[in-house]
Parts: sequence; structure tokens; C-alpha cells
Amino acid sequence: MYAQMVKATGKGVKTREQMDENERHFQDRIDNDIKIEAKDWMPEGYRKTLKRQISQHAHSEIVGQLPEGNWITRAPTLERKTILLAKVQDEAGHGLYLYCAAETLGISRDEMTEQLLSGKAKYSSIFNYPTLTWADMGAIGWLVDGAAIMNQVPLQYCSYGPYARAMVRICKEESFHQRQGFDIMNVLAKGSEAQKAMAQDALNRWWWPALMMFGPSDADSVHSAQSFAWNIKQNSNDELRQKFVDQTVPQAEFLGLNVPDSDLKWNDKKNGYDFGAINWDEFFAVIAGDGPCNKERLGARQKAWNDGAWFREALIVNAEKRAACKQAAE
Amino acid sequence: MSAQSQKNLQQYVLRLADNALIIGQRLSEWCGHAPALEEDIATANTALDLIGQARNWFAYASELDTDGRSEDQLALLRDERDYLNVLLVEQPNGDYGNTLMRQFIFDIWHFYLLEGLTRSADATISAIAEKSIKEVNYHVSRSSDLIIRLGNGTEESHGKLQEALNNLWRYSGELTLSDALDDEMLALGIGADLSGVERKFQAAITRGFHEASLVAPKIGYMQRGGKTGVHSESMGRLLAEMQVMQRSHPNLTW
Amino acid sequence: MSQKNEWPLWEIFVRGQHGLAHRHVGSLHAADAEMALNNARDVYTRRNEGLSIWCVPAAAITASAPSEKGPLFEPSNSKVYRHPTFYDIPKEIGNM
Repeated sequence: MYAQMVKATGKGVKTREQMDENERHFQDRIDNDIKIEAKDWMPEGYRKTLKRQISQHAHSEIVGQLPEGNWITRAPTLERKTILLAKVQDEAGHGLYLYCAAETLGISRDEMTEQLLSGKAKYSSIFNYPTLTWADMGAIGWLVDGAAIMNQVPLQYCSYGPYARAMVRICKEESFHQRQGFDIMNVLAKGSEAQKAMAQDALNRWWWPALMMFGPSDADSVHSAQSFAWNIKQNSNDELRQKFVDQTVPQAEFLGLNVPDSDLKWNDKKNGYDFGAINWDEFFAVIAGDGPCNKERLGARQKAWNDGAWFREALIVNAEKRAACKQAAE
Repeated sequence: MSAQSQKNLQQYVLRLADNALIIGQRLSEWCGHAPALEEDIATANTALDLIGQARNWFAYASELDTDGRSEDQLALLRDERDYLNVLLVEQPNGDYGNTLMRQFIFDIWHFYLLEGLTRSADATISAIAEKSIKEVNYHVSRSSDLIIRLGNGTEESHGKLQEALNNLWRYSGELTLSDALDDEMLALGIGADLSGVERKFQAAITRGFHEASLVAPKIGYMQRGGKTGVHSESMGRLLAEMQVMQRSHPNLTW
Repeated sequence: MSQKNEWPLWEIFVRGQHGLAHRHVGSLHAADAEMALNNARDVYTRRNEGLSIWCVPAAAITASAPSEKGPLFEPSNSKVYRHPTFYDIPKEIGNM
């Protein structure tokens, strides 16, 4: 997912007996669906885990601008150009909301940016894949945003107030993202032979990376157990991945496109699809920095940050001058 | 309307369309690369406004087209010589200061031009101008604010803006330079009076530069040509990128 | 990447078209109050025209026990492509 490698801190979930009074009170609030707010007492582990999770999520939105931004200047019609620009702009907005949510936990945006640019912080593996054709804009909206929504909808009800509120706003704004992607695919699938081939090629390249977005199987992870207990994770990675496959395969069939998985088969017993094995070697390589575009993506963010330093600094200096003038006038 | 006057009216509308499209295209290149998140979002807003305005102008140009070309065929399939935008808007982004300076010069001129066009005898033109000017009013306030702040920021920011102004000022003359088409449209009550636009533009921009502690360079000869289709070297590359889908896959629906 | 150059944080409040009081919509960074207002317009009214925006330095807020509810959303007609109903999704596909 957008925060697919968050390691919760701590040594597993404490029982009520192991908790001190603060921790018990904190857990009671979570169990009663009372939001935790910035100034409330919270276990250090909760704070640390959330900082990582929210900042990874934010970084994913910011780096996520780049693969699609790659096609804004080349969009095939003016309408598609405005839609894509609005969508990529939304991603910047979502990154901004999420950084602000993380800041309530006591970390500055600049610190988080530094973690991203130094390679210390992670972001979603999906954005390290190249966008080679216009159909990739369709595939990303349809598959990547489709996968993201599955994770983000439940996060609107997570225990941390600022994160939950950011997710409400994000989900509301994102509702058009998946649809515009599907719409691009639908037009291509009904178009010329070349357009159909373009759509199929995009599905071929994005299908497996999309499934990897949900992260490795986490059924037995102690980290996940803690995140579930804190209500900052609501579904297991495998559960969401299955849901995504079950939802998406019929959509691909509608489009007349083939899902590139020879093991894909409906299973009556589980009322869902069986699907082939994911190449986790590829996933871990991409996460570790060896994907097809890791260097380009991080390089673009580093360049934007470094080239913009004079601009950010000048506005601060100017604001100080103005404040001094105002004071002198009073 | 005679065929010739319809063609002339379309040329006039295409100039407006191309200005908005080409500068919108340039601004959209920043998406994902601006110096701060807030700036990234703001620049995308301006680009969206301008491309939206371009679409309105192209829709009208398409109505006037005797070959029945659509909005997208006009926007994305003409040859370079048929694009009629001023040279200023096609200039490469350069650094963020250069982009802001280009925007500031454009916004102020754009505002007064549209103000003139709100009084156009052509109902479609006045309606589009009316709708656009509200957005452009905000563009002016945003780019002026930033120019003034950066001009009075650090030595480095002042230097970058002055350099940008030195580079771009030579393209400002074309903005208010009347040619036969402008004169014809003005006589028909359709076009804006560029001499009036020039007075207001010069007054406002001089005030802006003064507040920003910047000085416009003395230029002996202002560059011109864009309005009649003779562009800078960078225009060809901009078009190659912008047109690639329509050129390589003609006559398809997207 | 020095900390001293980080733009301060502002809390943004917007009053929409329906006469409700200003409501907190989120935060952003800006060098000073005027820039915060400009940025707020660009960041928080992309889909709606807030009639009035307040910005407050986050550091100036004295908070009691938190009790905020969700942010305010206003529909907008000016950029229809931002709304999901702009896209025709075939009936067979169902909800998206």
C-alpha cells in the first residue's frame, strides 16, 4: 500500500495486565472508538509507528506525482490534460494534508523531507515503475488508485484524529481518480487495434506491481497485531489483496483485457479468485532501491528541493523584513 | 460574415487560445517539481485555469473553422507556423524565478487585454473574457506578490529575478504591438485597443518592478514574430512534446 | 535543508457559501500570514470557493481537550472533472 513497509515498534501487543494505567486508559479509548488527538497522552510506540506510517503515506503521494506527471505535457487531448493535471495536483495536496497530520506528532515537514531525500524513509514500490505509454495513465488510475482506495477508506476510521480527518478529505477528493483511469482504459479498449494493444500492454506491466502494493503477507506479523490493536491498520495485506483481485478481474473482463496470470481461476469454495505467486524478490529489490526508476524518482525530488532552496529561504527573509518594518511603524 | 472576415476573426481568437495554451503547457511542466508543495499546487491551479481558458477559445475557433476542425485538432495538430501566441509564453521555464517573472509580465498584460475584450462587440469573446478575467485577477495578485517578495528577499533571490527580467523583457514589446489584424478587429469593435492596454500595462508593471526593487533593462529592439507564426527555437520542441499523441495516432478518440 | 528556513505552520479556517461559521479545514506552511491566505486559497478551495478564509499561526493556538469534527466539504461546479460522476462507468461495472 502507500505505507507498505511500516514496522510497528514494540514487542507485540501487551495484555491489559501488562499495561500501566495510562496505557490501559489509552487502549480503552481506542476500543471505544474515541479518537486520539495530538495533545493526548499516547504510548511512544504508537507515536513512532504513526510518524512512520503517515510520512510513508505522504512520501508516496509526493513521489506518486512523478510517474503521471511524466505525461501531462503529452496528454492526447486538452480535456485529458486538464484531468491529469488536476489529478496529479490532488496528489500534491494529499501529500500536504498527510505531512500536516504527521506534524501534529512532533516531526517537521522538513525533517520528513530530509528522510525521504536521504533514502532513509520508504515510499510505495509502485511509483518506481516507468510510465511508457498513455495507457499507463489509465492503468495507474484504475489499478493503483483502485488499490489505494481499498486501504484508505478504512483509514478514515482509524484511531488518530488528524490522520483520520486527512483521510476523509483525501478519500472524498480521490473518488474521481480511479474512475478517470478506468475511463481512459475503457476508451482505449473500445478503440483501434493499436489502442487495445496499448491498454493490454499497460495491464501486463502494472498488474503484478499493483498486487505488490499491498505488501508482503502479514498474517503472522507481531507488528501488524500491534497496529490492529491500535486501530491504525484495519485489514491484513492478504485480505485487501484478495479483495482487490476479486473486484478487478471482472472489470478487466468487461474491458476485454487479459489479466497476465495463467494461474488465475475462480474458486467457488472461497468465493474468490485463486491467483499466481507474487515475485517477492522483485518487490524487495524495488523497495531497497533497485527498481527501474528509483534513482530517477528520488533524483527528481532532490532536484526540486535543492533548486527551490533559494526560493524558500528568500520568502522567509522577506517575511522577517516585513515583520520588522511593521514593528518599526507601530 | 464574409469568408475572409470569418477567417480573420478566427485568427484573432487563435492568438488568444494559443497564448493561454502555451503558457499553461509551460506551467504544467512544473507539476511535481516546484520548490514547495504549496507552490506546486498553486502553479498547477494557474495552469488549469489557463488551459481551461484556452479550451473556451479553441471551442470558439472551432466554430469559426471552415474546415470543421475540432478543439483538439486546432490545439494539437497545427504546424508551428500556424500557432499565433506571443514569443513570451513559449520561453522555457528556466529556474522558478524565471518562470515567475514570465508569469508576472504575462498576467499583467493578460488582465488588461481581457479587460478590453470584456467590451467586445462579439458576444462570445466578451463572455469568455468576462469568465477568464476573474481567474486572471488572482493570477496577477499572486505573481505580483511573489515578485515583490523575491525582489526584496535575499541577495540571491533579487539577483535571480533581475536576471530573469533581463532575459525576458525583450519579449514584452510584442504584447502590445498592433498589427493589421489587431487594427481590423479594433475597428470592428471586436478586438482590444492595444494602445490603451499598453498604457495600463506599462504603468502597472513599472509600479511592480519599483516595489520589487527591480529595473527593466533598456532594449533597443523588442523581439517579435510569435503573433504571425515565427517562433523561437524552443517552440518546436514544445510542440513535438505536446503533439506527440495526436501526430503518432491521428484521428482517434481518447 | 536547514531548519531555520522552514516556513511556519498555519491553521486554515474557511467559511463556505452556506452561511456557516468558519471551520477548520487543515494546515499548511507559508512564510507569513498573507502568503498563508494565498496558499490556503490554492490548497483548500480547489473544489469550492470559500467565501472567507482565516489563517492562524499554529503556534498561536491554545488548545483545550481536542474535540474537532470532520472538515468541511463544499461541492463545486467549476471543475466538473474533479467529481466522480463526470465519468461514465458502464452499468456492468457497478460501483467504483
